[in-house]
Amino acid sequence: MTKADLIVLGAGPAGLAAAATAAGCGLDVILIDEQQRPGGQIYRDVDRVLPLRGEVLGPDYATGARLTGGIRQDTIRYVPGACVWQIEPGFSVTYSGNGGGVVTGDRLLLATGALERAMPLPGWTLPGVMTAGAGQILLKQSGLVAQRAVLVGTGPLLFLVAAQMVRAGTPPLALVETQTRADLARAARHVGGAMRGWRYLAKGLDMHRTLARAGVPRHVGATQVEIAGPGAAEAVTFHCNGRRHRIDCDTVFLHHGVIPNTQAARSLDIGHRWDVRQHAFAPVLDGWGESDMPGVFIAGDGAGIGGATLAELAGRLAALRIAESLGKVSPAERDRQAAPLRRALEREAAVRPFLDTAYPPFAEALQPADDTVVCRCEEVTAGDIRGFARLGCTGPNQAKAFGRVGMGPCQGRICGPVVTELLAKANGQSPDATGYVRIRPPLKPVTLGELAQLAEPDPEAKK
Amino acid sequence: MKTALPFLETDTPARRVRVWFDGAPLDLPEGMNLAAALLAAGVRVFRHTPVSGAPRGPFCMMGACFDCLVEIEGVTRQACMLEVTEELRIGLPQAGEGGHDEG
Repeated sequence: MTKADLIVLGAGPAGLAAAATAAGCGLDVILIDEQQRPGGQIYRDVDRVLPLRGEVLGPDYATGARLTGGIRQDTIRYVPGACVWQIEPGFSVTYSGNGGGVVTGDRLLLATGALERAMPLPGWTLPGVMTAGAGQILLKQSGLVAQRAVLVGTGPLLFLVAAQMVRAGTPPLALVETQTRADLARAARHVGGAMRGWRYLAKGLDMHRTLARAGVPRHVGATQVEIAGPGAAEAVTFHCNGRRHRIDCDTVFLHHGVIPNTQAARSLDIGHRWDVRQHAFAPVLDGWGESDMPGVFIAGDGAGIGGATLAELAGRLAALRIAESLGKVSPAERDRQAAPLRRALEREAAVRPFLDTAYPPFAEALQPADDTVVCRCEEVTAGDIRGFARLGCTGPNQAKAFGRVGMGPCQGRICGPVVTELLAKANGQSPDATGYVRIRPPLKPVTLGELAQLAEPDPEAKK
Repeated sequence: MKTALPFLETDTPARRVRVWFDGAPLDLPEGMNLAAALLAAGVRVFRHTPVSGAPRGPFCMMGACFDCLVEIEGVTRQACMLEVTEELRIGLPQAGEGGHDEG
């Protein structure tokens, strides 16, 4: 089956739920994922790992096993270990790895999830500095815990990783938190919405209790955060409560929120808008998740940050609309099945304004100091980028020509949003007017050998 | 005196197999994520950047950042997207590594 009714990219909660729902409506589905086993980042490797570490990871992680169970159907072709590097309208998707190939489908659902928001601080490129998500992936997939770690930043994931480390028997040395008490006070006016998402508040309180019981020191409202080297991370230094602190460590986990991973959607030129509240670009979608390119749907964190449960619901909604658009279910049946999903989705989304206000991204990392490296691949600093703006550079695409920023192998995945913010501020323009790096295939580096394997034998060629 | 490693393995180890990292032998758990297995073995520096020669190690563990690049059979690849297999020969990417240019 290289042709399907629906191609789904990404086997996280949105992609898994969408594939299962679409198949349940009678569609043939191809589900392509980069990892070797399904689950995405949130349920990473859940089928293999749940019996080993289910207790440390908590009850939410077990949800993933229900979702991976849903794709074991004859009408779903699951292609793991596949690196998608080209998506074309129509739709065709080209991937390398796992034999490589081209698949085509009548509809396309992008369930590409989130990326961690880059947190450029002095020293953030040193070995031993990782994202908090990376720390969690190490624990989930491989059972590794950092022995002497400091967690830096803000937000639910940072607290969750800290709590999981405590449960794994290796508490972090400290939390260096960048949100302030004023942020929490500002968030208080959203507490009504948050109460509707009371489950999240309860979980948050539970995490904070876990950290308090374990005696993990917390430094709130930290500024001037730096990671000391020179060859690898040796300490975190910061300013807090009127004095300078230094905590010696081997590992630093950085986190100040996640943002939609829009690379695949951008490669199709789908419209995106700057979301002020979430401080990131998100695709423009209708109520079913359909983009401004008809037939392309986006669900999950790639559509805007909402978390795993919301991703699952959005995946199911998109699948229903896709099935209806292909004549597999009636509009009435679609709406009947969608109604409870929409109610649940609204409940899930209620907590976001509170979380987004209480744990804003760290200002120093949104506008890093001149000496701080922003583009990790090409080692371009924030000062370089401000310099480009002074020379007349108005957007991230021009910035490539000015100084190779975003032109390394990561293709702007990490630095792209920071470059947008730096240029927007320097030029006094909005992020929307500043734009984002243009994404072109290959979406990820591909070898010549992999390209050659794709070439169809051409009978005319030998003449 | 045994120096504590930055990362602790919480599981009963899988069967260990011999791999080679920059010419040195390491015995790593078979099937484990390669970047994770190297971190657990105490490897901190995976490569040096082509621009300034600065040391780098795994950063995102999900295939986005390309900081864990290693060279395997002449191809520069992301260690976080690979698994440990017997006799794997892992080299340091050459300066001016593959994928340095866009795409």
